[in-house]
Amino acid sequence: MAESGLVTEKIDRVVVRFAGDSGDGMQLTGDRFTEVSAILGNDLATFPDYPAEIRAPAGTIGGVSAFQVHISDHDISTHGDSPNVLVAMNPAGLKANIAAMERGTTVIVNVDAFDERAFAKAGYATNPLTDGSLSNFHLYEVPMTSITQEVCKDAGVKPRDAERSKNFFALGLVSWLFTRPTEGTLSWIQTRFQARPEVAEANTRAFRAGFDFGETAELFHARYEITAATFPKGEYVNITGNTATAWGLIAASQLSGLPLFLGSYPITPASDILHELSKRKEFGVRTFQAEDEIAGIGSALGAAVGGSLAVTTTSGPGLDLKAETIGLAVSLEVPLVIIDVQRAGPSTGLPTKVEQSDLLQAVSGRHGESPVPVIAAKTPAQCFDAALEACRIAVKYRTPVILLTDAYLANGSEPWLIPDVSDLERFDADFATAPNGTTAEGDPIFLPYLRDPETLARPWAPPGLPGLEHRIGGLEKADGAGTVSYDGGNHERMVELRRDRIDGIANYVAPVEIDDPSGAAELVVIGWGSTYGALNAGVNRVRARGLHVAHVHLTSVHPFPANLGEALGRYKKFLVPELNLGQLSQLLRARYLIDAQSLTKVRGVPFQAAEIEAAILETLGA
Amino acid sequence: MTSTAVPLTTRKDWSSDQEVRWCPGCGDYSILAALQMMMPDLGVRRESTVFVSGIGCAARFPYYMNTYGLHSIHGRAPAIATGLATTRPDLDVWVISGDGDALSIGGNHLIHALRRNVNLNILMFNNQIYGLTKGQYSPTSEQGKVTKSTPFGSLDQPFNPISLAIGAEATFVARTHDMDRAHMQATFTAAHQHKGASFVEVYQNCNVFNDGAFNSITSKDARSSMLIDLKHGEPILFGADNERGVLQRPDGSLEIVEVADVGLENILVHDAHRPDPALAFSLSRLSSGVVEPTPVGVFRDIQRSDYGEQMTEQVLEAQEKKGTGDLAKLFRSASTWTVD
Repeated sequence: MAESGLVTEKIDRVVVRFAGDSGDGMQLTGDRFTEVSAILGNDLATFPDYPAEIRAPAGTIGGVSAFQVHISDHDISTHGDSPNVLVAMNPAGLKANIAAMERGTTVIVNVDAFDERAFAKAGYATNPLTDGSLSNFHLYEVPMTSITQEVCKDAGVKPRDAERSKNFFALGLVSWLFTRPTEGTLSWIQTRFQARPEVAEANTRAFRAGFDFGETAELFHARYEITAATFPKGEYVNITGNTATAWGLIAASQLSGLPLFLGSYPITPASDILHELSKRKEFGVRTFQAEDEIAGIGSALGAAVGGSLAVTTTSGPGLDLKAETIGLAVSLEVPLVIIDVQRAGPSTGLPTKVEQSDLLQAVSGRHGESPVPVIAAKTPAQCFDAALEACRIAVKYRTPVILLTDAYLANGSEPWLIPDVSDLERFDADFATAPNGTTAEGDPIFLPYLRDPETLARPWAPPGLPGLEHRIGGLEKADGAGTVSYDGGNHERMVELRRDRIDGIANYVAPVEIDDPSGAAELVVIGWGSTYGALNAGVNRVRARGLHVAHVHLTSVHPFPANLGEALGRYKKFLVPELNLGQLSQLLRARYLIDAQSLTKVRGVPFQAAEIEAAILETLGA
Repeated sequence: MTSTAVPLTTRKDWSSDQEVRWCPGCGDYSILAALQMMMPDLGVRRESTVFVSGIGCAARFPYYMNTYGLHSIHGRAPAIATGLATTRPDLDVWVISGDGDALSIGGNHLIHALRRNVNLNILMFNNQIYGLTKGQYSPTSEQGKVTKSTPFGSLDQPFNPISLAIGAEATFVARTHDMDRAHMQATFTAAHQHKGASFVEVYQNCNVFNDGAFNSITSKDARSSMLIDLKHGEPILFGADNERGVLQRPDGSLEIVEVADVGLENILVHDAHRPDPALAFSLSRLSSGVVEPTPVGVFRDIQRSDYGEQMTEQVLEAQEKKGTGDLAKLFRSASTWTVD
């Protein structure tokens, strides 16, 4: 950092990582730092990274909870490969994260937490602050616990509880270091802890003490300023993927006039969608916390039959349980949106960590020929568009649609340009209103499987209208009439019709646009879902070297957009980075007979831009 | 959906054009007939009536009713019907299930639909056997039952469906049987009139795989001595001359007694509206099988808000407090900033 004297330096970006015990309030600290930076107008991307246990054994590596935020004065697409500043609340927080730090970066530790017992728990044989292992870093030892306890002495909280405000001390210190305004956080503390004024007081004091410590301790030689990024004009809000998904669903309900129903069972990392929607009853949203995953989707299917915009949310293990009901929805041909917030599997796997390993299951994980469109969101804010798109497809084509997001998108956040509501295109449920056929005797009759010639979608006829009474189910239905049919020829026709209807969506979804500014690339990087940011950053790094590389990112992963094959045909090399063992690459190879090369990662964390850059360079042979 | 008077209908109006495909002699025929004949008297509309079923012989039922119908997946009908009934309180939703469907694969959904008091009429046809898979024992089969899957006798203790439903604090619990159309119709009508979840166990004969399972209590000559017909507000009596009855012992437990021995005034008067489910539960325990006098009729019929109604109330309350949802406001419900 700076040589001497307290100056304020302008920097264009910084990556800060807060790390401590899962009970230390690191998510909240990171969240607040993000929020004030967002309001300052920085571009940002976040990566909350926390253990599956609510309170894992204190002081251990397994219990470390971290929150990384990348803030900048320019457009960024990732949470940053490596932090510039690590705030470690204890030795375990230091040990778990120091490997990610490059030499010359800054490490701020809560020195009060560095004692022999803590070293043992974290697995340090010697004191890392004195054994020379941190000599390549700018190390700041700050007595966060003791100062916090001191300033909170007569705040009204018990001495034991006073210690719990130390995350606000850390927030205050980092806010000072990066010249963040204090008002937003101080008023937020008042609102959040309204019911417990003594806690509000302690947190306020700790926050101020942290801020003042920076100012007066003469430990730091500079403060840093990151000015606002240049964004397109408009109003912004910082939004997580789960919130954006929930809002997309509400928007779809408003735009279609269909009442929204969510049937769901709590599961990490999807539950926040249920939480958000359950707060929004003024939109006519009905949320139902079911007895299990099966009832979650079952109730949603029942609501869909009744004419609601029906949704179920889950993560990997829950998707397994929902498979049978998705199959029934395929057979019934009713609109239903299934949201899978992917996490690392198999089985319980790493419940809080990101992976993209449910793709093949989403595309084909059901018995029988049961095609389902699959949409994948690519950034936290884009979850809004993806959820809306999933609903549009479900309603237009009378089909279950699987929307894939993941743990990284779900909890990560970024600024979202709030759309003008009047710009959002409305869509119509187009319910059946009258009989659509005649019997041999010339009487009007309702044929529930008489298809729209363009979309091949069948009529949606919720109960309530006389003359449209009909019975349908999971048994194969006669083409048109919808009555039970065991005829082999009819079955083959129905299987093909169901396939053709879903394949037809390839022409409905937006055609792919390959990002290839020079038009001279021979290599195209093909991605899907939450890897967008890392792929985009990696590709840009390669281009900055004067090399040519193209990037295409798929949001409709089944069916592929109609022009994808032709668009890929212009390239000679194909690199497919995925957070699985190569699932999209299998689909691409099978469909287009291209030599798709996989770059895979299943470590529970997103790709780094550097990894993408290195893989591209290697593929290019550069 | 319309406000005009409900049109007069006959059984024919409620019967679909589909050929009924149960085995000849199946008890399901008489249940179907009882229901089709009863529907015109309920004062409801065909277009507002939905039959939802799972999988099994009983689950074919919706195909034969000229209403809206959904033949779904094994065990899941109560869950699917929950979504339909809570979002469409204007509909009359019936769930048709069997002992395997409702109590084995779908046991979880059944008890939760009952405890939530979703506005459903759940009819469970109990034939104590798996019919559609050709004769394996079911969760209501008597212990020791020799079937294709249990050649040495089944080990399982059977469920008592009435006890289970009362244990889940269902608000309406009743039992009837396929040999008595009038009793079925009276019971189904009461179930329909009840707001919230109604559970009706229907003893049903599977003449192919478990023929005569209930003969010892439901055959014409056995009924008077083996069926105890519960009637709200009346002393619980049975026998050809009502010579037997149910007595509540001082410790609260129940026993079957000769009326002459204890006096009519000491016979328990049935109170289906009693909020505490304990006595109804005791009644369900009077018989452990078809060898003992078995209560039929309405065990329990109490009032509690139905689930969908409460869900709607929460929506209306939120709209009253916050006004109808406004997307532009929603998008600004967290701190925003403006870039000029």
